[in-house]
Amino acid sequence: MSWLKARSMQESTIKFISSALVVVAVSLTATGLKISRQHPRMLSADTLSQPAQFGFGRPATAAEIAILDIDVRPDGKGLPGGEGNVADGKAIFQQKCASCHGITGTEGPNDRLVVGDTTKGGARRIKAIGNYWPYATTVFDYIRRAMPFNQPGSLTDEEVYSLTAYLLNANGLLAENARLNAKTLPQIKMPARDRFVPDDRKDGPEIR
Amino acid sequence: MQQSNDRKPVVSSAKISRRNLLAGAAAASIVLVQTASGKAFQAALTASELGSEDPTKVPGVPPGTLGTRSPFEKPTKTPSDTSSRTPLQDLHGMITPSDLHYERHHGGVPAIDPAKYELVIHGMVEKPMVFTLADLKRFPSVSRIAFLECSGNYRGSSDGKIRPQEICGLTSQSEWTGVALSTLFREVGVSPKATWFLAEGGDAAVMTRSVPAHKGWDDAIIAYAQNGEAIRPEQGYPVRLFLPGWEGNANVKWLRRIELADAPFMTREETSKYTEAVGGGKIRQFSFTMDARSIITYPAYPAKVEKGWIEIRGIAWSGRGKVTRVEVSTDAGKTWQHAALQQPVLDKAITTFRYLWNWDGTPTEIMSRTVDETGYVQPFLKQLLAARGGNMGYHFNPVTAWYLQRDGLVLFRGT
Repeated sequence: MSWLKARSMQESTIKFISSALVVVAVSLTATGLKISRQHPRMLSADTLSQPAQFGFGRPATAAEIAILDIDVRPDGKGLPGGEGNVADGKAIFQQKCASCHGITGTEGPNDRLVVGDTTKGGARRIKAIGNYWPYATTVFDYIRRAMPFNQPGSLTDEEVYSLTAYLLNANGLLAENARLNAKTLPQIKMPARDRFVPDDRKDGPEIR
Repeated sequence: MQQSNDRKPVVSSAKISRRNLLAGAAAASIVLVQTASGKAFQAALTASELGSEDPTKVPGVPPGTLGTRSPFEKPTKTPSDTSSRTPLQDLHGMITPSDLHYERHHGGVPAIDPAKYELVIHGMVEKPMVFTLADLKRFPSVSRIAFLECSGNYRGSSDGKIRPQEICGLTSQSEWTGVALSTLFREVGVSPKATWFLAEGGDAAVMTRSVPAHKGWDDAIIAYAQNGEAIRPEQGYPVRLFLPGWEGNANVKWLRRIELADAPFMTREETSKYTEAVGGGKIRQFSFTMDARSIITYPAYPAKVEKGWIEIRGIAWSGRGKVTRVEVSTDAGKTWQHAALQQPVLDKAITTFRYLWNWDGTPTEIMSRTVDETGYVQPFLKQLLAARGGNMGYHFNPVTAWYLQRDGLVLFRGT
């Protein structure tokens, strides 16, 4: 509504002060209302008359982004300071995780986290961290954002590092005395990494 | 929910003269119930209570503040701990009533105050921005009717006693309204180098998925309405991401943050969960598009039919585009006939079909398969298993067959 009004005002201005094009151009720039016909490449038919920007919303501050931006990427970007270790992680796991995931991370009733011998029959169906998760950073990211299920977001970064260390150790991917932090975690290569392939279906008759 | 509490039977909230009339109506076994939300409806009515009462001889209930479903109609979803399935066999037409839309969530349904709601868009953008719900509604709006489907949407049964609701009830369809994500991308000045974005929910799972940026430029919607009203809490109130034709999990509900980046984030859902083994030890990832699928919803278990004319009915859909054809077989797949498609046939939308058939009472198998505009033909279960090294899992869209017994009972059959 208001942008429509603003635009029609601008257009009237163009009509009535046609001799003062320079002034109009300045005022368009000043109000941030770039007429989007200048950028038709990005627009579909019914958006041709849209301005490039509407001026709705407000700028996000770095501080408020930092509070929300908790994701951790495979290269370690987003990992916080601090560190954890296997022994502390094991203690936290028994206290806060074992009731859902089992005393050793294999018993359930919820998701199995630890895998032992993957060569045994039926192991193909197991999707534990050690044989199915392609990135170690995902373990940290997921525990920090969503676990424990009944108290999500309640763990400190050190506790999350320690839990991650314990789970990687239980899956045979981290030494007992290792210290896990923003530098060491992304360096762990997960056994399943190379099994993952991007979607290879093509839009067509092939069944894949 | 508050509406189910604090029900006080009252005569009426209407004027006195009306009230007297309604006292008579109440005696005729129509009970008005006033809920906390001021909603009046007929409650606790059964056919036996109605008995032989003639509705033309007693005044009906006055207009109310909210419409109600007939007390004779009791369609319900089937909930588990993590999902709830649409009763496809009880529905008609192409739109799923909003309260019967399937649910799948990873940390329960959050309560979000729309006055405090904010969507942050940041990362590889010129101007990181915060939008309130009111801000989002000021932008030009878009609406489209499209299906939504969980990619883990296949169940079978060995005894055949399984309804469409269990087989593929994690499919529903709504009209979704909101602002095109491309409009917001332009507003914040998304970098041409941004190839992915992270979508993050404000629920207890703080659900995250990485989505290719081209989908944001193409047809993604930041949706705030469903079937003409605000999105229901179970569907993401107040705002969800809607990606036409793409697997349900990526359509992040209760959307609070979008971060533009030049690589996927490899979140838990897109690595350890919504991925499928495809043979040769390989695991397919980022398989967003939902392949074409159809199912006969009538006759289907638990229906029982008689020989004679039967209108076979069902639904078909494809995440790749429009359904171009639905074929029905009434002889266990030996021969196929074209079903009639109900208009409108929309892009990435459920299309209803029907096929009129005269059953002679001989036991047989009926089934449907759909073809979409890319030429993809819905496969049999055997074909899918062969294509994926014997693995089942996500993105399983096989032909579903129904066996009609001599006594008219209809039972599921795998294909």
